[in-house]
Amino acid sequence: MVHVSAAPVLALRGVSKRFGAVQALTDVELEVHSGEVVALVGDNGAGKSTLVKTIAGVHPIDDGVIEWQGRPVSITKPHDAQNLGIATVYQDLALCDNIDVVGNLFLGRELKRRGVLDEVEMERRARELLTTLSIRIPSVRIPIASLSGGQRQTVAIARSMLGEPQLVILDEPTAALGVEQTAQVLDLVERLRERGHAVILISHNMADVKAVADKVAVLRLGRNNGVFTVADTSQEEIISAITGATENAVTRRAARTGEAHK
Amino acid sequence: MSTHIDPVNPAAAHDAIPAVDPRLLVREQGFSGYLNEFGRKMKAGDLGSIPVVIGLVVIWSIFQGLNSNFLSPENLTNIAITMVATGMIAVGIIFVLLLGEIDLSVGSVSGVSGAIVAVLAVTHGVNEWLAILAAVAGGALIGAIHGFFFARIGAPAFAVTLSGLLFWSGAMLQILGSNGTINIDSDGVVGKLTTYYFSDVAAGYGLAAVAVVAYFLASFSDSKRRQAAGVPSRPLGEILLRTGLLALFTFGPAAVFNQYKGLPLAVVLFVVVLVGTDFVLRRTSFGRNVFALGGSVEASRRAGINVTGIRIAVFSISGTFAAIGGLFWASKIAAANQSAGAGDLLMNVIAAAVIGGTSLFGGRGRTWNALLGVMVITSIQYGLALEGIATPIQYMITGAVLLATVVIDSVTRKTQKTAGRA
Ligand SMILES: Nc1ncnc2c1ncn2[C@@H]1O[C@H](COP(=O)(O)OP(=O)(O)OP(=O)(O)O)[C@@H](O)[C@H]1O
Ligand SMILES: [Mg+2]
Repeated sequence: MVHVSAAPVLALRGVSKRFGAVQALTDVELEVHSGEVVALVGDNGAGKSTLVKTIAGVHPIDDGVIEWQGRPVSITKPHDAQNLGIATVYQDLALCDNIDVVGNLFLGRELKRRGVLDEVEMERRARELLTTLSIRIPSVRIPIASLSGGQRQTVAIARSMLGEPQLVILDEPTAALGVEQTAQVLDLVERLRERGHAVILISHNMADVKAVADKVAVLRLGRNNGVFTVADTSQEEIISAITGATENAVTRRAARTGEAHK
Repeated sequence: MSTHIDPVNPAAAHDAIPAVDPRLLVREQGFSGYLNEFGRKMKAGDLGSIPVVIGLVVIWSIFQGLNSNFLSPENLTNIAITMVATGMIAVGIIFVLLLGEIDLSVGSVSGVSGAIVAVLAVTHGVNEWLAILAAVAGGALIGAIHGFFFARIGAPAFAVTLSGLLFWSGAMLQILGSNGTINIDSDGVVGKLTTYYFSDVAAGYGLAAVAVVAYFLASFSDSKRRQAAGVPSRPLGEILLRTGLLALFTFGPAAVFNQYKGLPLAVVLFVVVLVGTDFVLRRTSFGRNVFALGGSVEASRRAGINVTGIRIAVFSISGTFAAIGGLFWASKIAAANQSAGAGDLLMNVIAAAVIGGTSLFGGRGRTWNALLGVMVITSIQYGLALEGIATPIQYMITGAVLLATVVIDSVTRKTQKTAGRA
């Protein structure tokens, strides 16, 4: 809601992506402004993660334009996205099991002192960061393999916060988390917004979405299926956009039989 | 949330040794903590170098029992010099193993390197330093070519380097030409690699002293920096203990070498390489990226690591050390001949790396593993040779030792998985 700047931080114009025979994304439009949390929702396989990966440079787009602060940019590799100031927490975790927490937090952007890894400073910053995010990890020097799923998730989230990014993308960040940790992640999202960051949040949990998002963008079968303002949209409207009940008779009937089963 | 008090860890940012999650098994301060952690690591399958050291002690005891000359300064010096050729190649292959890949071409590449040096320096009278440079650069280039096909084209490393194995042994025969063997001037640079000794007793002890003092100062200043930054640091007692152990393992060998001809140049060069590569792997971004690729390629890619570049560099490093090993090999036999780089060399190299504790599954290992592994392999060879046991049996024993190590590696990995430390 709070449109801090005129030009969106990130805008997708007619973005398409194919994987062999699968047309994962077709002409997708999306706008995110700074100080705004946009929830991206849709059924399994709707293309949410694929969209995230195109923005993050993991899967470069086939068609369309990505605009960063009003200017078209080309994002063909993860470094491009990082250099723009995009930090991503992936759904399929992107951590190295054999490396410790500190090493993973700073992977790809290690701190150096006279050309040599500055382990002391990295460890100090890691502990500081984890403390400010109220993330509890037994020790920052144990390999990621010995952490629980939720702990790994919090490490991955902490990792995205390190470089003071302008846009943070969280792909189902709370899916593996407990009640307390979920609340902390949602707090975190709100704090990012307060600090003027833009956030794209993917979630299947409507309560989470309603709690923190300003706008909800719905994807269905790889296409846009509406953008809603959270404050004046009911949960039912969003759900029917997700299931496609607003689309045509066939899908509406499918949705109804689905409800009858409940 | 900024005023949120962490219930378990209230002191986190400020204390040097903060309270931790009580369920977590971290080492307590002091020596009893050390012992506890040791026992826990054993149970979790984190055996480290222990099995190799025990194995080495057993092997040495057996051979010493069979032949009282086995542990003589002369024999130990010879073992130390001979193992450098295999050891250098093993250092290179450890980089590749850390990626979770394999390089089957290192034997052949080492043969090519010996042939290049011999043909340039002996046949064509090129300056020996230039010939060495050409051989090493050749190894680096060959490795980079393998890396290109693996990283850029996407061919399996196993297949690329298997082709390399045949191709480069053919190339070596071609370079050597029809007469097959070229003798190397044993007073030249290459010859001296394995025949030069620092005969002054001060050399060995001096080097040991420098190593011990440097280690102590580095650990001490690191510990001070950590304390200043408020992160956990090693207590002085632990630093002293480690320094003491280092002193034992540097002054001990120095004393043995000094009882024969002195400190061998080959051993010095090997130690320099081990210290250097260990530093690169554990203290630089490049090394961190190598480990990351061994852990998860996709995670590395997403972290912005140049996967292709690192892979090519690693194969190039492997080729470089294969070439360096080839020089030591040529020096040892004072010739470049058709059988160089063939036979059991490749097996020995892989065995040395894996026996030393480098995992075939990638992401775990250190170049120091090459030292321990190659000591085991070379000791077995020398011991069997002293007993007059023929090559076929030697091959079978080395094969069995390699299998045993691979089994340990696989079991370790399984135990570590169940212990959550894979
Ligand atoms: N690397 C890939 N190769 C081929 N097809 C892919 C790949 N990644 C995704 N797809 C396909 O793209 C479509 C969208 O997948 P995506 O992962 O984006 O869904 P999603 O909306 O994130 O679903 P979920 O809610 O289950 O996470 C699916 O049909 C999937 O099969
Ligand atoms: Mg997804």
